[in-house]
Amino acid sequence: MELSTNKEMQVPIEPAEEKAVSPWLEAWRSFRKNKLAVIGTFIVLFFVLLAIFAPYIAPEGINEQKLTTSDRLQAPSSEYWFGTDDFGRDVFSRVVYGSRISLWVGFLAVIGSIVIGCLLGIVAGYYGKWVDSVISRFFDILLAFPSILLAIAIVAVLGPSLRNALIAIAIINIPNFGRLIRSRVLSVKQEEFIMAAKAVGMKNSRILFHHVMPNSIAPIIVQGTLAIATAIIEAAALGFLGLGAEAPNPEWGKMLSDARAFLTQAPWTLFFPGLAIVLTVLGFNLMGDGLRDALDPRMKN
Amino acid sequence: MTQAPVLDVKELKTSFFSSDGEVPAVDNISFSVNKGEILGIVGESGCGKSVTSLSIMKLIPQPPGKIVGGEILLNGEDIVPASEKRMREIRGNDIAMIFQEPMTSLNPLFTIGNQLVEGIILHKKVNKKEAFKIGVEMLKLVGLPRAEQIMKEYPHQLSGGMRQRVMIAMALSCDPKLLIADEPTTALDVTIQAQILSLMKNLNKKLDTAIIMITHDLGVVAEVCQRVIVMYAGKVVEEASVRDIFKNPKHPYTVGLLESIPDVREKKERLYSIPGNVPKPGAIKQGCRFAARCANVHDRCFVEDPPLYKAADGHHVRCFLHAAGGEN
Repeated sequence: MELSTNKEMQVPIEPAEEKAVSPWLEAWRSFRKNKLAVIGTFIVLFFVLLAIFAPYIAPEGINEQKLTTSDRLQAPSSEYWFGTDDFGRDVFSRVVYGSRISLWVGFLAVIGSIVIGCLLGIVAGYYGKWVDSVISRFFDILLAFPSILLAIAIVAVLGPSLRNALIAIAIINIPNFGRLIRSRVLSVKQEEFIMAAKAVGMKNSRILFHHVMPNSIAPIIVQGTLAIATAIIEAAALGFLGLGAEAPNPEWGKMLSDARAFLTQAPWTLFFPGLAIVLTVLGFNLMGDGLRDALDPRMKN
Repeated sequence: MTQAPVLDVKELKTSFFSSDGEVPAVDNISFSVNKGEILGIVGESGCGKSVTSLSIMKLIPQPPGKIVGGEILLNGEDIVPASEKRMREIRGNDIAMIFQEPMTSLNPLFTIGNQLVEGIILHKKVNKKEAFKIGVEMLKLVGLPRAEQIMKEYPHQLSGGMRQRVMIAMALSCDPKLLIADEPTTALDVTIQAQILSLMKNLNKKLDTAIIMITHDLGVVAEVCQRVIVMYAGKVVEEASVRDIFKNPKHPYTVGLLESIPDVREKKERLYSIPGNVPKPGAIKQGCRFAARCANVHDRCFVEDPPLYKAADGHHVRCFLHAAGGEN
């Protein structure tokens, strides 16, 4: 008893000292509290792991055809979890490998459009005047086309392939990011700390990359996450139209289009790739919404 | 007055160009700031105080603004034609500025230390470690406790008063010869105001930095300034020592300003207020700009714009009532 009181006495009375918390850490804390966002993150993480470890998870390769009738268009069973398609290929393996393609296209296309869109948007927003007019009109022109039509047109010009589909998706997303960051830069530019930075004698480029950009990045992260979902859908759509991945590649959209013919005979060939698309897109959307709530409380509701 | 002034503004004219044509926000104002002096610039909102300070920094948003004429001599060098590169060297190094809103003058995403060090490295040839040391010293100088810890904190963790101290530390970190304080206490509550003002006064004495104190608060002027310029609608209407302004104001506008200060000793039913509003810049083309609101207006005031008359030594007034002293 005595000991314990002694111990208590020895504890130095510390003022409720606030640890320096960066805005990012704070955002992470509020993100963690959002159940849906965490679920979304787990879904995304699940597919990312699936993509990384595909060779260890998938029981078969993507193109192991078994042309005997007993193996073709088999319903899901313990041997073939998701059944087999018309070439006797294991649908489960193909869906697992397909996650590689979809995520790859999603991430890469979005990163591409973020990089180009941000560069153009920042320059337009910060320098204004005729530079802004030129860049903004360019965005307007891109936005004037329905995005999927524009993507089809671009792929038609470049030739159908997965890489060209990726390029097309990146291009059609550029104006979204460009306009987002431009408007953000326009508002950050008015902030007094930018004037203060100028008053200290900082160079334009330094202000741009050290003060304007970090303050504009939050909505980009949010929009980027949501855009990955759309990019995956767009890639699937292009694949479905035969403008994306080529034949043996297990791209989910392509698998859907191949399965159309056997819709009544073997619905699983259609169901599982479709489910994979839905889940991935849902995961990214939930995660993106959560990020929005955490990073940009003003955008809520 | 024997020394050359740190800053000598001569007939500065800054205009904004809108669809209605040229609107002069600051119209032919001249003043100088001596070494180690605190000069107050007083006036109502929209009279051109802030435009004056931004003109000196050459940070007028351009377009629509432009310095149309005049000279700004900083230690004898005219900075009006100076290049942007030269201005970057001058800003922060020779002239520093603190702003009205301490809440938004710091980048919310970086630590105080990060932002403080940035400016020091920019102007002084020191490495990061030394800059950090200077930063800590500056924070101590402006009276912030636990300076080392504050260096690691983010702006949102500090109160308004603390942030303004940080801003002052940042502004003074490169030993500028001139500090422009654009309403530094307006956004702070009264007790903090007094602290910040006495801090600036002390730093002025200690570091011998000249200060231009821009304010609409005559109390602030009485507290810290030695000389005052009263501005009205883009023009200097009176220039005098603080003593003369309070004891012996000449211009009807100054008199009106002083009358509208609430006095604790007297209980008045209504506070005096100058009738009317500050005219829109460029609205008055002819005559004295204060004529429409003036209590002692003559016919002449509506026709002719009065020049700056000399009322006494170091006391100038732009009013026909004091024409006896002769034109300045």
